[in-house]
Amino acid sequence: MVAQLTKNERQVALLILLAISLWGIAMAVAGRGDPLGVHGAIVLLAGLGGIFAVISGYYAPEPDDSRLDRYFDDPSRAGIVLAMVWVVAGLFVGDWIAWQLVNPNLTFDAAWSSFGRLRPVHTSGVIFGFGGNALIATSFYVLQRTSRARLPDQLTPWFVLLGYNLFCVLAATGYLMGVTQSKEYAEPEWYTDLWLDVVWITYFVLYLRTLARRKEPHIYVSNWYYMAFILVVAMLHIVNSLAIPVSLGHAKSYSAFSGVQDAMTQWWYGHNAVAFFLTAGFLGMMYYYLPVRAGRPIFSYRLSIISFWGITFMYMWAGSHHLHYTALPHWVQTLGVTFSVMLLVPSWASAGNALLTLNGAWHKVRDDATLRFMMVAAVFYGIVTFEGSFMAIRPVNALSHYTDWTVGHVHVGALGWVAMITFGAIYASVPWLWKRQRMYSPRLVEVHFWLALAGTVIYVFAMWNSGIIQGLMWRTYNESGTLAYSFVDTLIAMRPYYIARAIGGLLFLIGALVAAYNIWMTIRTADQPADERVGDRPVVPALTGVSAPQPAE
Amino acid sequence: MFNLHYRLERKTIGLVLGIIVVAAIGGAVEIIPLFTIHQTVEEAPGMRVYTPLEIAGRNIYIREGCYACHSQMIRTLRDEVERYGPYSLAVESKYDHPMLWGSKRTGPDIARMGNKYSDEWHVRHLNNPRDVVPESVMPHYSWLGRTELRHDDLGVHLAALRKVGVPYTDDMIANAKSDAYGQASPDTPFAEGVTKRYGADTNVRAFDGKPGVLTEMDAMVAYLQILGKLTDAAHKHAAGG
Repeated sequence: MVAQLTKNERQVALLILLAISLWGIAMAVAGRGDPLGVHGAIVLLAGLGGIFAVISGYYAPEPDDSRLDRYFDDPSRAGIVLAMVWVVAGLFVGDWIAWQLVNPNLTFDAAWSSFGRLRPVHTSGVIFGFGGNALIATSFYVLQRTSRARLPDQLTPWFVLLGYNLFCVLAATGYLMGVTQSKEYAEPEWYTDLWLDVVWITYFVLYLRTLARRKEPHIYVSNWYYMAFILVVAMLHIVNSLAIPVSLGHAKSYSAFSGVQDAMTQWWYGHNAVAFFLTAGFLGMMYYYLPVRAGRPIFSYRLSIISFWGITFMYMWAGSHHLHYTALPHWVQTLGVTFSVMLLVPSWASAGNALLTLNGAWHKVRDDATLRFMMVAAVFYGIVTFEGSFMAIRPVNALSHYTDWTVGHVHVGALGWVAMITFGAIYASVPWLWKRQRMYSPRLVEVHFWLALAGTVIYVFAMWNSGIIQGLMWRTYNESGTLAYSFVDTLIAMRPYYIARAIGGLLFLIGALVAAYNIWMTIRTADQPADERVGDRPVVPALTGVSAPQPAE
Repeated sequence: MFNLHYRLERKTIGLVLGIIVVAAIGGAVEIIPLFTIHQTVEEAPGMRVYTPLEIAGRNIYIREGCYACHSQMIRTLRDEVERYGPYSLAVESKYDHPMLWGSKRTGPDIARMGNKYSDEWHVRHLNNPRDVVPESVMPHYSWLGRTELRHDDLGVHLAALRKVGVPYTDDMIANAKSDAYGQASPDTPFAEGVTKRYGADTNVRAFDGKPGVLTEMDAMVAYLQILGKLTDAAHKHAAGG
């Protein structure tokens, strides 16, 4: 890793790592006796570990200018490995707490192992650990190919990737210690948020710098989505996480907003984390990997434009559908329903565009499990966006809200769409990145596909059933006009579905383990080296290197 | 339109500005008026703020992730009102930084939990939920009763809350530590200040049944017993008042 950095970059890296270490020391000292101190120690260790790594490689020979003739893919390789580590950890915790709802004694006599603390470890682990790393890794890969330009330097991509993983580690360890803002999908506390902001802005600037070097006149649709993902997530995250820390020595902060305004801000964030992290980012992924793998051009350029701007505009209005029949003013709820229903148009335009791209390549879908992952992802994307619009309608929401139906809906998207498209993209990328002819075992890709599909279907059917049953039981009246079921009655009725859900999750986890093994063996087994993809090189104006103008550097 | 886009997608900054403007509209229209339209939050004269001990309990509630399974938002639906009580008003969470409305009821709504069960019930339930509700799937929180509450810094907590808009007085901030102790220690000189500052109706008792030591269980039960009790606006509203 260090060997690819130029001398100058090694020095800058040392300075950055020194600053990180000092930040860690400051938190460790100011936060003695508070979880903040533990996080200070973790940051310090990360900084020192980095310094050690850079110093050990400091006197290695510098990379020569021939590197400029190739894309810079090492951060993408590392990002995919990290994504696989996070997905196994995140799914394991998710399935563990699913079993806790079957048997609440599957815990230790310690706070960190209870449902409330582990749940955000699961959600952040899979969304930010797995999804985020996969997005960063693929965005670097796609950005370079579609711009036919190399990333502008070697240090910034590593800073973005590793800095982002430091954020993920701080988030997950924080939850175990009870450090949380309690805002769903935005749980990390103020200092972790500030760090993420630094990393994220660097990511965005890196994107702009690379686009400025592009040799293609047009910016490809994947990059519109990746840019919307980076930009809008920054906007949402910064506003929703506005807070006053108790002191510089406390991990705890108090949200700048309260009550109804806080609820609306949180679900404006929460729903658009779905839109711009879990949808826009992965649509960017889909728009590159699906047509390339299928060997077909995108079906419709115009549909791409309509769906991109439709999604970017309309999603931002939809957050209030999380607050139907609450103390949120009625007019905001009504706007939320309206835009949620309209969202079906750009959503299905995207899903349809993806599926129609496969016309002429359906035989490949049949034979190639990697492409099938992407096809099924597009189908689930269509299902989940239909379901989402449906559940946003007020009377439907009266039944579904607060029940497992919501959990089922989320997992149609998370397992069926996000994870499937990501596994498809990873299976496509790994042989390209490590210069192999194919995955170590195509059969294991096939096994993974069926495990993932079966796990998803079992999971969501269990949650649909339990959610609708519980919602109906809550509102059932007996003949004398009083409520027929106590809350505990409805809880007992949930038990078989909770068992089924945990089994579905387990299948999905086993699938991810199979994938991790297959990827590991592909990397390790070098007996089927492949030539690089045809034309997989940046356009370099002049290979003299030093004298060549480097815009934005 | 498509020709326009054909030109736009060649300009990085054009795309960036387009995304920012198009994405900012929805949130601006839905969020900013909530701060400016007067009727958004009802009037509730006489509504009190959380005591330092209740704030500490609320922070434990957040720390343990209770909000992941319990909502604090009764919707305007007949069955919810009959099951849980009058539907929640916006004003009831106006001092809640952040709000804890929740999004999932793996357990029941607890917006009106205050005074519904005895302190002893809560302590037994938190120590092992299945002792009082055999079918419960809630985790146990037995360490709360074994862990002393950190309360030396509650003044700083109240000061931070004042910065975000909760009307704590200098007096409340200065006495936060002793008020936290006093609220769970009825027979000590510290108890009097609590009712003086927070009102005569404030619960002052040894919530965990063990006077003398201030535990996290004291704070947690004190918080659960005040849920829905900061104001009676919702009951008045339900009665047509």
